[in-house]
Amino acid sequence: MANGSNIDWDKVIADPRFQALHRRKQSFLTGLMVFSVVFYFLLPIGAAYFQDLYKTKVWGVVNFGLLFALLQFVVAWGIAIYYSRVANRDFDSAAREIAADYEKKGG
Amino acid sequence: MQVFNRRLLTWGIAGALVVVSGTALAQGAVAPEYRWLTFSVFAAIIGLTMYVTFLAAKRVKTASDFYTAGGGVSGLQNGWAIAGDYLSAASFLGIAGLISQYGYDGFMYSVGWLVAYITVLLLIAEPCRNIGKYTLPDILAYRNNPRAMRIVGAISVITVSTFYLTAQMVGGGVLVKTLIGIDYEYSVIAVGTLMLAYVLFGGMVATTWVQIIKAVLLVAASLILVMLVWTPYGFSLPAFLQDVVGDPKVQARVASLLGDPAKNMTAAELGQRFLEPGLYFKNPIDQISLGMALVFGTAGLPHILMRFFTVPTAQQARKSVVWAMAIIGGFYVLTLFLGFGAAKHVGPQAIAAVDAGGNMAGPLLAQFLGGGPESMLGNFMLAFVSAVAFATIVAVVAGLVLAAASAIAHDLYVGVYHGGDVVPPQQQVRAARIATVVVGAMAITIGIAAKGQNVAHLVALAFAVAASANFPCVLLTLYWKRCNTGGIVLGMIVGTVVAVGLTLVSPNVTYPKAVREASQKVLDGEVAKRSAIEAALASGDATAMAKAATDAKALDKAVQKARDDMAKVEGRTTSLMGLEKPLFTLKNPGIISIPLGFLAVLLGSLLFRDKRSEEMWPEVYARQNTGILVSKASAH
Repeated sequence: MANGSNIDWDKVIADPRFQALHRRKQSFLTGLMVFSVVFYFLLPIGAAYFQDLYKTKVWGVVNFGLLFALLQFVVAWGIAIYYSRVANRDFDSAAREIAADYEKKGG
Repeated sequence: MQVFNRRLLTWGIAGALVVVSGTALAQGAVAPEYRWLTFSVFAAIIGLTMYVTFLAAKRVKTASDFYTAGGGVSGLQNGWAIAGDYLSAASFLGIAGLISQYGYDGFMYSVGWLVAYITVLLLIAEPCRNIGKYTLPDILAYRNNPRAMRIVGAISVITVSTFYLTAQMVGGGVLVKTLIGIDYEYSVIAVGTLMLAYVLFGGMVATTWVQIIKAVLLVAASLILVMLVWTPYGFSLPAFLQDVVGDPKVQARVASLLGDPAKNMTAAELGQRFLEPGLYFKNPIDQISLGMALVFGTAGLPHILMRFFTVPTAQQARKSVVWAMAIIGGFYVLTLFLGFGAAKHVGPQAIAAVDAGGNMAGPLLAQFLGGGPESMLGNFMLAFVSAVAFATIVAVVAGLVLAAASAIAHDLYVGVYHGGDVVPPQQQVRAARIATVVVGAMAITIGIAAKGQNVAHLVALAFAVAASANFPCVLLTLYWKRCNTGGIVLGMIVGTVVAVGLTLVSPNVTYPKAVREASQKVLDGEVAKRSAIEAALASGDATAMAKAATDAKALDKAVQKARDDMAKVEGRTTSLMGLEKPLFTLKNPGIISIPLGFLAVLLGSLLFRDKRSEEMWPEVYARQNTGILVSKASAH
């Protein structure tokens, strides 16, 4: 798909700023992704193999299993908010800087 | 063209209203004397969405307008639209129903549907916005051989959308029939006609607004119901659940689910069991397999991916996922109260009596909270929730049809048939509209043809194919340097074939021998049960007699079902695939098909070589990370 630009893409990805942005993003995203997948699968695995724990009443009739399922929602929202904070503050400005630079040069 | 559009639109509205109101009326959840209420609320919602479509139709001039609303949707709007696109009747009515029937397991099931969006947020949404245009194959074609990508991509989009669409059309037909009692065929035609009117005239602009309106109505309706359910307990979770587990209807339901082991349990223990896992999910591996399909499949659903092309930038795409997660997650938390509230107030047995799957939990709860089946307010609330359910189906179907139509018109017609030559905008929009009509007609036909079929597993299958074929292909083409055309073609084929193939030999399809044996067992046991019931009826003990009367009804139903099942498999000994029993014992293929899909992309990429995929890598890699040229692309 030709886009009519003459940006030298090899130069963009060799740019140390790009390399740094990519490294930061990659380690951050991988860590967060692995954490959230592992944390999610703890729920069905626990429900199947740790029934006694899930049945333990914690708050009136509310048991551990129910609280853990509710915690899944809180953690999912937490991950989303944490990621957007970091991306808005950190990744976006770096990406904009690189983009502006090369669009000016090559566009 | 403008006048022509307007006339057709008026026609469409009139047609839909006639279909909804003028058909043979059977018995539904809404009593006949209150049916006018339901139709009034339906008409109000249809009128509002049609007005929006009318406004939108004026703005649809180019292919970009038709497919992606010109990329002019804001993050907040898109977040609501994603929620509207995603919260199908299966999650709106189905999850509340599951909770009302099986307690804890139903709520646990809902978690995967939200966690799915973390994958979308972290890995898929922003890169797709940065390099994509209108469709899923666009992302693949950017780097790899465009012709090959558009063909395999379009096939996959159409496959996934058709599975999903069939489940929605059949589910929608049954739902409208159950709620207001119009015939199944007319229900399907009503859903299909309305959806066609939105998509055909308003394209993505109208589809987006229909989805936003539906999501707002859905959340508002749920909030009102939850307020009514929860206020009496001073918004205390333990107090509310205490009342649920103390309810005799709930305890009786748990006892009937558990069977013999329940005999040694006290009433309090039975009630508490409703809040514990294991009443619905019996096989943990199957459940993990389903979880994998949800968590990775959502990121490969064509109609969801398409929504990210409607926003101008990666930042807005990110914002839309965060909003979508807030709305979808919040909705599932509300569902917890709807499900348990329905179990307490209406009772699991009464809900199952209207619809065996429990789908009527939400609507019946609304009727109860408004004052019951005899009251005006109760019927108004039932009508409102029914109308929202109807809007839900139409909005989801609209998104699916748009995704399938764009694969046909944009990828196959413009991309493959015209080979990427310049096709004038009017011709592209016309192609998109023709494809929409074709897909819409197909949806209605399939919906009617599949009457009476059990299609619930088709939604899970759509997620499984999306997770096993689309997700590995999109992910690796975005993130892996060595990925190429060979890998994507192989991955699409292996992922789809394995997911569909395993489902065809799984317990999801009918095995006549097993059905006959199970039915025979019911029929053989009838005499013994009958005499036990008669003995109880003669005992003179009031509670035993009441129980015997319900047992007798349940037995009649079970015997009738066994006879029907026997008749259905008459003369057949093997399943669709010629098997006597399932070859693959899980209901969900994801745990096998997802790793195989990834493996196929890896192997295919290493076995074949494609110069274009290699040369384009720096561009894909740079653009997906930085969004270079996106601002420029959306400026013209």
